[in-house]
Amino acid sequence: MTSFLVFIILVLVGIAVWQLTKIFDLTQIGGSSDNDEIANDKDNSVNGYLMFAFVGFIYVFTIYSLYAWGDLVLGTPASEHGKDVDNLMAISMALIFFVQTITQFLLHYFAFKYRGKEGQKALYFADNNKLEAIWTIIPVIVLAGLIMYGLYTWNDIMFVDKEDEQDAIVIELYAKQFGWEARYAGDDKTLGKANVRLIEGINTLGVDLADPAAQDDKVVTELHIPKGKRVIFKMRSQDVLHSAYMPHFRAQMNCVPGMITQFSFIPTVTTADMRNDEAIIAKVDKINKIRTKNSKKIVAEGGVALDPYTFDYLLLCNKICGASHYNMQMKIVVDTPADFKAWLAEKPTLAQQWKEANAPAPAVAPAVATPAVAVDSTKVVAQVIK
Amino acid sequence: MSHDHGHHKETFITKYIFSLDHKMIAKQYLISGLLMGIVGVVLSLFFRMQIAWPEESFEIFKVFLGDNFAPDGVMRNDIYLALVTIHGTIMVFFVLTAGLSGTFSNLLIPLQIGARDMASGFMNMLSFWMFFISCVIMIASLFVESGPASAGWTIYPPLSALPQAIPGSGLGMTLWLASMAIFIASSLMGSLNYVVTVINLRTKGMTMTRMPLTVWAFFVTAIIGIVSFPVLFSAALLLIFDRSFGTSFFLSDIFIQGEVLHYQGGSPVLFEHLFWFLGHPEVYIVLLPALGITSEIIATNSRKPIFGYRAMIASILAIAFLSTIVWGHHMFISGMNPFLGSVFTFTTLLIAIPSAVKAFNYITTLWKGNLQLNPAMLFSIGLVSTFITGGLTGIILGDSTLDINVHDTYFVVAHFHLVMGISALYGFFAGVYHWFPKMFGRMMNKNLGYVHFWVTAVCAYGVFFPMHFIGMAGLPRRYYTNSAFPLFDELADVNVLITIFAIVGAAFQIVFFWNFFYSIFYGKKATQNPWRSNTLEWTTPVEHIHGNWPGEIPEVHRWPYDYSKPGHDEDFVTQITPMKEGEEVLHH
Repeated sequence: MTSFLVFIILVLVGIAVWQLTKIFDLTQIGGSSDNDEIANDKDNSVNGYLMFAFVGFIYVFTIYSLYAWGDLVLGTPASEHGKDVDNLMAISMALIFFVQTITQFLLHYFAFKYRGKEGQKALYFADNNKLEAIWTIIPVIVLAGLIMYGLYTWNDIMFVDKEDEQDAIVIELYAKQFGWEARYAGDDKTLGKANVRLIEGINTLGVDLADPAAQDDKVVTELHIPKGKRVIFKMRSQDVLHSAYMPHFRAQMNCVPGMITQFSFIPTVTTADMRNDEAIIAKVDKINKIRTKNSKKIVAEGGVALDPYTFDYLLLCNKICGASHYNMQMKIVVDTPADFKAWLAEKPTLAQQWKEANAPAPAVAPAVATPAVAVDSTKVVAQVIK
Repeated sequence: MSHDHGHHKETFITKYIFSLDHKMIAKQYLISGLLMGIVGVVLSLFFRMQIAWPEESFEIFKVFLGDNFAPDGVMRNDIYLALVTIHGTIMVFFVLTAGLSGTFSNLLIPLQIGARDMASGFMNMLSFWMFFISCVIMIASLFVESGPASAGWTIYPPLSALPQAIPGSGLGMTLWLASMAIFIASSLMGSLNYVVTVINLRTKGMTMTRMPLTVWAFFVTAIIGIVSFPVLFSAALLLIFDRSFGTSFFLSDIFIQGEVLHYQGGSPVLFEHLFWFLGHPEVYIVLLPALGITSEIIATNSRKPIFGYRAMIASILAIAFLSTIVWGHHMFISGMNPFLGSVFTFTTLLIAIPSAVKAFNYITTLWKGNLQLNPAMLFSIGLVSTFITGGLTGIILGDSTLDINVHDTYFVVAHFHLVMGISALYGFFAGVYHWFPKMFGRMMNKNLGYVHFWVTAVCAYGVFFPMHFIGMAGLPRRYYTNSAFPLFDELADVNVLITIFAIVGAAFQIVFFWNFFYSIFYGKKATQNPWRSNTLEWTTPVEHIHGNWPGEIPEVHRWPYDYSKPGHDEDFVTQITPMKEGEEVLHH
């Protein structure tokens, strides 16, 4: 690696020397009239042409980028509101490309066309109300449209109707340095109370096990959500700010210690279906080619080959949260509603887990004797807090 | 102000160190700003190398970061965040706020409005030296054993408040806060001075509507600074309380490293509000001076009046006003009420209107001009170009709906580096090339200036344009390495390309530094008005004197943009030229 860098630096020095020599030549040609370090006609001409070339560079670079990196951009959204987001994004992008193309052309073309020449007279053109009005009013109209569309979508995403709320699934996303957990509210659709002061043993979320609403709560480390059902996420953090970022669902919300934040969406594509999406197949192939190539290098150096990549939805942390911020992730699986139900049914409730974990000397006394003891211990925890 | 300034005996110390003269203080700011700039850019190269070649061992890390920060030449993951943090802090505050405003406000406000010095020379000196102390503290924090502040330049608590959360939040963060508190005091003293000077010390005939747009920009910038910096100061103060005295302004319900902390009832979101109440106007504190400089340079070098002088002033004022009511667009997904998100989307997108006015006015100023493509002019045109490219993506980020998915990704990094980083830096360079003869009495080499501009222009796009794509691929910023996600493997090549552009672009800044320092001593001697400009600073003698003008301060008879005015032989008419008999004012 070092040799690669040294190589780059050598190339740079080479280019620099070559350029500097060229400059030296240029100053020689200019002769004595070019001694005051102020642009003369020749400079204006050279730089004028370069300005024109530069707008060419911007266009070519843009087209190249779209061609080479266009497929990097996130593809089919996996949530209902994701389509609206992408639609608004497409409109905004079209507008941006349009304005960018025209204004950059005018700017650089004028810089080229009106490059200074001996005897050329500039036009004294100080102001014109009509022009000013045009480029005030046009942005006003365009922005009014964008703002209205944007706000309409925003309200749609952020404010959940009361009826929708009723048959939604409530899940708590719990963030900590450097991992995620999720808690399902269960049949009562209410998450049991929780506070970091109740964290003890396997109760890593600080759930108040004395709270009746907490009895059917289930805690997992892999997030499953059903296709076609509204999911309401309640976010919590136990230490610093985190951000629950689910790029495929066009969803993100910060997790703030001391408060509960919320985001909700309806997943529309199951993991299995997404894996069959053409763009995703192509992407996975491309990534696996890269990984095979990298693996060869790693194996040659005595390391372990990389696992092949299969597509999965992800939850990433997207708010700087500490040294291992770059590796704070959780797998998300979108199931069919039936699969989801089956998966969730298999999971034990936190209350059950707590009982098992706090059973006194499990080898001696089987499960029968445990309940009273376990309940006691939760009460103790709860009392300490109060 | 009396004339006897020039008669004081000067020692080396009073002339070069504890100088009260605004021109010397401007040079002090410039050189400190440039030196801080070198540090800021070098840090960015280090973390770019880590991103492009994750967890590789580099000899250069062994040398500069040492065994502690980079064991065996491999950068530690928390040190990566420290470098990101200090890079941001230095570039935003030390280079583009103090370096840019400090240099050109100090140099140009008295010279362009016809004043003998700043309203308070002593406060001006104090302002610089407090800035210098804050620089020293910030640099010193790089050498702390537990590492410098590592919570991002936005230092959101609880990460910045708890040493348990990241080592940099120990002594490093204490030094950061101390440095910034002093910096803010320095900045406020400077700003108050600028405002008072502009209001009170204009020469005869220099009405507000005859002031160059540079002065307008500096004036309004200073006002924004006075309004918003104290809020950051209060946030820093409260954070110090939380860190050291056990208060809970920003902290609540925290369980970290197996232990519950006593904090109860505070809110990190409150900090975010306080921070961005400065943080967003700060963007314009950085950008407006650059736009002012550009306005002046584009008009002078186009040999044309700036198009829409009054519209330019109006748009500066509109931007300044709006800048104080848009901070919430940094917090759409912070957990604040979504209704507030709607309000901030609305105000934010409004900023596009005065910005569009400015961009189109620059373009129209070029139209049918007689463009003198000096290096300063190239950088000014470059500024308009990056201002448009970077500004346009603001339409996406300012829209709460779209922000959800690109928030804190590389898309944001691309946006703000182009629209405020590169644009303001171009304004900085343009100003240096243009006013170098005024500051040092010598000229910079133009050909080196051309090489500097063209390589920088290509590299700036090369670095930041591809970031839009990796951002839209969902790549979060501030990741030490992307190798934890196979999904991002396909972005690795783009990151290598970006880093190579960054290294090349940074390497060519050597051309600028060489040109700058060589020309101070050996550059060609400047004439009094090399760019044939209208403004007052070019009526002062090339050799600096206290009080700026040897005799009376000249009287101003016209606005600063009478370039190529019909009825005059020359293509410029200085502001001190009286109106000819029967000459009409041709602008509004």
